[in-house]
Amino acid sequence: MSEINNLTFPKTLFYSNDHEWLKLNEDNTLSVGITDYAQDQLGDIVFVELPEVGKILNKGDELCTVESVKSVSEIYIPVSCEVISVNTNLEDKPELINKNPYDKGWLALVKMKDKSELDALLRKDQYMNMLKGI
Amino acid sequence: MRFFPHTEKDIAHMLENIGIDSVDRLFDQIPPETKIKDELNSTKSIDEFSLIKHFKELAGKNTVSDNHSTSFLGAGSYNHFVPEIVPFLSSRSEFTTSYTPYQPEISQGTLQSIYEYQTLICRLFEMEVANASIYDGASSLAEAILMATRITKKNRIAISATVHPLYRLVINTYLTPLECEIIELPSLQDGTINISKIENDKDLAALIVQSPNFFGCIEDLAMVNQTAKEHESLSINVFTEPMAYGLINSPGSQGADITCGEGQSFGLPLSFGGPYLGIFATKQKYVRNMPGRLVGKTVDKAGKPGFVLTLATREQHIRREKATSNICTNNNLCALIASIYLASLGGNGLQTLAKLNYDKSEYLKSALKKAGLKIPFVTPTFNEFVVDMGKNSKEKYNELLSKNIVAGLPLEKYYPEMENCYLMNVTEVISKKEMDRFVDEVAL
Repeated sequence: MSEINNLTFPKTLFYSNDHEWLKLNEDNTLSVGITDYAQDQLGDIVFVELPEVGKILNKGDELCTVESVKSVSEIYIPVSCEVISVNTNLEDKPELINKNPYDKGWLALVKMKDKSELDALLRKDQYMNMLKGI
Repeated sequence: MRFFPHTEKDIAHMLENIGIDSVDRLFDQIPPETKIKDELNSTKSIDEFSLIKHFKELAGKNTVSDNHSTSFLGAGSYNHFVPEIVPFLSSRSEFTTSYTPYQPEISQGTLQSIYEYQTLICRLFEMEVANASIYDGASSLAEAILMATRITKKNRIAISATVHPLYRLVINTYLTPLECEIIELPSLQDGTINISKIENDKDLAALIVQSPNFFGCIEDLAMVNQTAKEHESLSINVFTEPMAYGLINSPGSQGADITCGEGQSFGLPLSFGGPYLGIFATKQKYVRNMPGRLVGKTVDKAGKPGFVLTLATREQHIRREKATSNICTNNNLCALIASIYLASLGGNGLQTLAKLNYDKSEYLKSALKKAGLKIPFVTPTFNEFVVDMGKNSKEKYNELLSKNIVAGLPLEKYYPEMENCYLMNVTEVISKKEMDRFVDEVAL
């Protein structure tokens, strides 16, 4: 596993305590994935059970499951939303999450109910401080 | 693995913790009249030799006890010959403890035997993936249905009345608490599934057919599996006599989504109903929803081939309440026996043996017909078929019992309308002489 300083956390993203990242797109949709730290902790990801498109989720609901060689982890969505599309490339290439967690390894695209829920999320420095236990 | 029993102190501590004064209190729910109050009525002590003699005498009271009896009983448990190599190899000390091989570094032999079992099952049933086995045929079917409800996210199933009646009881036990609706499809006049009774809906999680079915009849699996597909449901092909697949088209070749059933025929003794072997196989795309464990072949750090438990992340010891199923073990010794048995038959042995079963049972069937008895179902059968023994069948059955002949399974108990019908099984161990004698006895 890598040192936290060697991991990447883009400044433009929002982060959750459960190690998901969220990216606010121009059309107000949100891309969701897991952070570099999360993929590093999980190890080789071998399977992703993606959510159904159209699924309505409340803040804290299970979005999907990510299976690595070591464990199966539930990914919880930190905002209330509707799933509008999912990254079907992950069905055959789940390792995209390990290789490129913020780009090709995205999990789902969602439409938020209430944009103000983003205010409760962490930004890069806060998230890194949390990881370092500061 | 070391075993640590509870000490008196442990027990006292636990009882105190849950607030009761004796272990017996844990059994309060059992009606007192069913509990034994006095000591058992048995001799206080007896020497080993006399004890063995005593039990042999008791065993001798069974109709099917020695070479002087003929049994045509099948119905889910089949009396096949087991070559000596099977118990010889399977009772080797290396296999004595076939406990869960969690540590591949010390369990390569056990893991390889499971891998080979899975491979044999995949090849015989022409399925893509087989698990390391489940408890028995009935629990295997119940797990298959649970799997279908997980995949389809529906909770209605349609099952043929020609599936083993005891399997259907087990399914009820599994499914009743889950509020899963079970639709029973009646059988046709020819003893096969009546799929026209499925309502034209898309709510079905699974369509279940057994072949050869409980009456021994070979079902049209391709047709049933196609019907399942049209209803957007999974097709489950269950079996009690896998030896049939030495001769007839495999479930995989007929489009089954899941095939499951009993593997006792492959080298396991009848032994009063168990332990038996639950066979389970499916398609690769459903592997993550498959119950049970799976052994995979891989390479180690140095690139050498090896075997490991794979997809263990679906299992209870890792996923707890989110596990794929509650099955967290397998009948390893029974699976090992089946592998040795199948391997000992050689390349075409299963086919030859299946043909022998078929030919012998056809011989008896036609001899009974000639002797004036009715064979109610015209559908082709494998090594088991139904015969109508006429009005005085019950007297005849008992008379034959007194002559050490078991004239099959009386079907009235399971199918009240089949009053004088008996399910007859003929395997390779039944001789022509025995069949001729039986025909002479029952001829009208």
